[in-house]
Amino acid sequence: MANLSSSEALSHSDSGHDTHHEKMSFWSKYVFSTDHKVIGMQYLFTGMFMALIGGFMVYAFRMQLAFPGEAVPGFGNVSAGAYNALVTNHGTIMIFWVAMPVLIAALGNFLIPLMIGCDDMVFPKINRLSYQIFLLSALVLIASFFVPGGPFGGAWTAYPPLSAQAKFNLTPLGAPMWVIAVALEFVAFLLGGINFITTTMNARAKGMKMYDIPIIVWMIVIASILFMASVGPLMAGAIMLLFDQTLSTNFFNPEYGGDPVLWQHLFWFFGHPEVYVVLLPAMGIVAEVITVFARKKLFAYKTVLYTTFATGVISFFVWAHHQFISGIDPRMANVFTITTLLISVPIAEMLFVYIATLYGGSIQFKTPMLFALAFLAEFLIGGVTGIHLGASGTDIYFHDTYFVLAHFHYTFVPIAIIAVFAAIYYWFPKMFGRMMNEFWGKVHFWGTVIPFNFIFIPLFMLGMAGQHRRIYNYNHFPDLATPELQNLRIIATVALVIMLLFQIPFLVNFFVSMFKGKKAEANPWKANTLEWTAPSPPPHGNFKVFPEVYRPPYEYSVPGRKEDYWPQDSKD
Amino acid sequence: MLTHFIENASSFGQDIDSLFSLITILAGFWFILAELILFYFIFRFRRKKEEPAKYVTGEKKSEMKWIKIPHHLILVCDVAIVIGAIFVWVKVKQDTPPIDEEIRVIGQQWAWSFVQPGPDGLLDTADDISTVDKLHIKVDTTYRFHLESVDVVHSFSVPVFRLKQDAVPGRTISGWFKATKEGEFDIQCAEMCGLGHGVMAARIFIQSEEKHNEWMTASASRTNSTQLLATTPSQKNKTKQKQNG
Ligand SMILES: [Cu+2]
Ligand SMILES: [Cu+2]
Repeated sequence: MANLSSSEALSHSDSGHDTHHEKMSFWSKYVFSTDHKVIGMQYLFTGMFMALIGGFMVYAFRMQLAFPGEAVPGFGNVSAGAYNALVTNHGTIMIFWVAMPVLIAALGNFLIPLMIGCDDMVFPKINRLSYQIFLLSALVLIASFFVPGGPFGGAWTAYPPLSAQAKFNLTPLGAPMWVIAVALEFVAFLLGGINFITTTMNARAKGMKMYDIPIIVWMIVIASILFMASVGPLMAGAIMLLFDQTLSTNFFNPEYGGDPVLWQHLFWFFGHPEVYVVLLPAMGIVAEVITVFARKKLFAYKTVLYTTFATGVISFFVWAHHQFISGIDPRMANVFTITTLLISVPIAEMLFVYIATLYGGSIQFKTPMLFALAFLAEFLIGGVTGIHLGASGTDIYFHDTYFVLAHFHYTFVPIAIIAVFAAIYYWFPKMFGRMMNEFWGKVHFWGTVIPFNFIFIPLFMLGMAGQHRRIYNYNHFPDLATPELQNLRIIATVALVIMLLFQIPFLVNFFVSMFKGKKAEANPWKANTLEWTAPSPPPHGNFKVFPEVYRPPYEYSVPGRKEDYWPQDSKD
Repeated sequence: MLTHFIENASSFGQDIDSLFSLITILAGFWFILAELILFYFIFRFRRKKEEPAKYVTGEKKSEMKWIKIPHHLILVCDVAIVIGAIFVWVKVKQDTPPIDEEIRVIGQQWAWSFVQPGPDGLLDTADDISTVDKLHIKVDTTYRFHLESVDVVHSFSVPVFRLKQDAVPGRTISGWFKATKEGEFDIQCAEMCGLGHGVMAARIFIQSEEKHNEWMTASASRTNSTQLLATTPSQKNKTKQKQNG
């Protein structure tokens, strides 16, 4: 299958999808386009817009925690109900409407056809539909902020009976709208995933064998498979939850024989693989960036691939580590402790491979590289603190404390913020045909990464001191209302505000460079993968001449060559 | 290490703290090692004109060993952690030591109710003492608790005990604890339970046997007036059974 080279068949005429590369109106070019690059950009911009909302929410509730009871500038008073809604929707947005669309959909759409050397996705119209449903899901979620009764506030995990019955959650419209929005989002990503997998398997450039596929493409494909295999049960769960909410069924209602814990199983059966659904593309970004900026071949390409497969498989057998104390049979905890600690092995191995890749390199500290290196340094903290939580014995204490919160932010921020910035700075020239400003990129880097640690290290300490999550005012708890602990909360909030402010130089740099930046050449970083052989930005149809692949993707600094890179499509 | 942040007041808290230290030391070792190597490489292999990058595939045996050896060592550390975790877990959550007293803990939106035996020493009798948001217990006494919820999922958490257990509506989940220290500490709800989750605070009062008995005699006489929760689910079931029988 690898050598079928369907790119020619797909690109020219007879494959059935619209390939009018001529002039198009604004609407058909940017709004109803089936071009994978435009759809990727639509996902990127929607994700960035949602990140602004999610970022504003965290500003509001962290201000409340640092200065409880005082009006937050730009928001007002944060009541208990508002606080619950803010934390719930912050989590929901950041995972489902920022991490997923940017890491999977934006990068997958933009990069896969370019990196495997074809002109578009195999099913461009399904692709367009995917984005339209995604946009609809975002609109439903945003609309839920304004309905009578307010938005849903029962945590992003939405445990019933709280989420299932309006008499408990007091948001008769907000709760079902939240479920509908999430379910629609799942549909969008199912449609996207079909495209990523099929396109990679069938439309690769002539000569591109399995081991010639760049790591990030593999990662997005494996992530899509994980997503599609895990989301089914939760989709069923979401529909049951929606029926409980709107039709008064009793799937999760214990008063009539339903089981609230069933939802937790369905949710986490999806929820844990979901961590890897977003982690893998981030690992892919880092692989591309460090090899280019260290001018090094990726250390043990096949090992990376096999550890990724292993991670994917094990990730289906760890979900109950979220439920150690939720009333499941206590003996189950022992099984899930073993599987959870087992998954630390391939992940650690992957990180070691990346560090080993730097050995003997010639490292150039451009902005994308700084972010990629920061990913490695910071993600390690998230990784090791996960062991305290995967081990059932210590999870008894840490479950639902700020230790958990700090732990997963040390994984999700490197994934969805730091790695994403690496990707944006790295592929910006290809996306928009212009370079971003290096100086402001570095300002943005330090202004993001340093405050990030000052947010979450204090929160680790608060977690160790026994502070639980999702509480809007700790003054109600005498042991937690001490000045020392309050100071930690204030440090975290101040650092957060600084980190948010440092996103302004990024946004300015991004939009100014888009129109005024220095014109980018086709291959400004001297990279090997196929997207850099297309013009910057690539036209509709991507390549002037479809590339043929002669070698694996990371042939940097090959001895005996004049150049320190060797593009996949260059004959000699 | 954990006692630096919060004191321990239960018999098994010590075990959880030791497990925490074990994991922190083992994971911390790998963490520090990895960070040191990472930063050393970043510094050592920064771009220099005279030193081009090396070509290393990482696929030769001599190169792979740099991944394989740590891989096996990490596996060994994981085994040690798993053994420790299971040991602690079994002690806290699976085994039950001989029980001195039984109490009932009931979560509801948004308060904790506690029922404990009155002077007759038996639970579910007329002289039971009910309290709301205040749990009075004796030091050095092993308690079995029966945890229930009347509405949504709550979680009964006593940080100084290192104890946590979800309260699930429709179920009664039992567990145990033994306080080793007198004092007054927080009880938190650890599961999002709606609007008042943030104010679902209670206090635990750990007293010597004498002081506790004084409190008990004093409250036994006015127990009927303080009973806020008229019926707990388990009592409801009992009345149902009585009606059926
Ligand atoms: Cu998990
Ligand atoms: Cu609660």
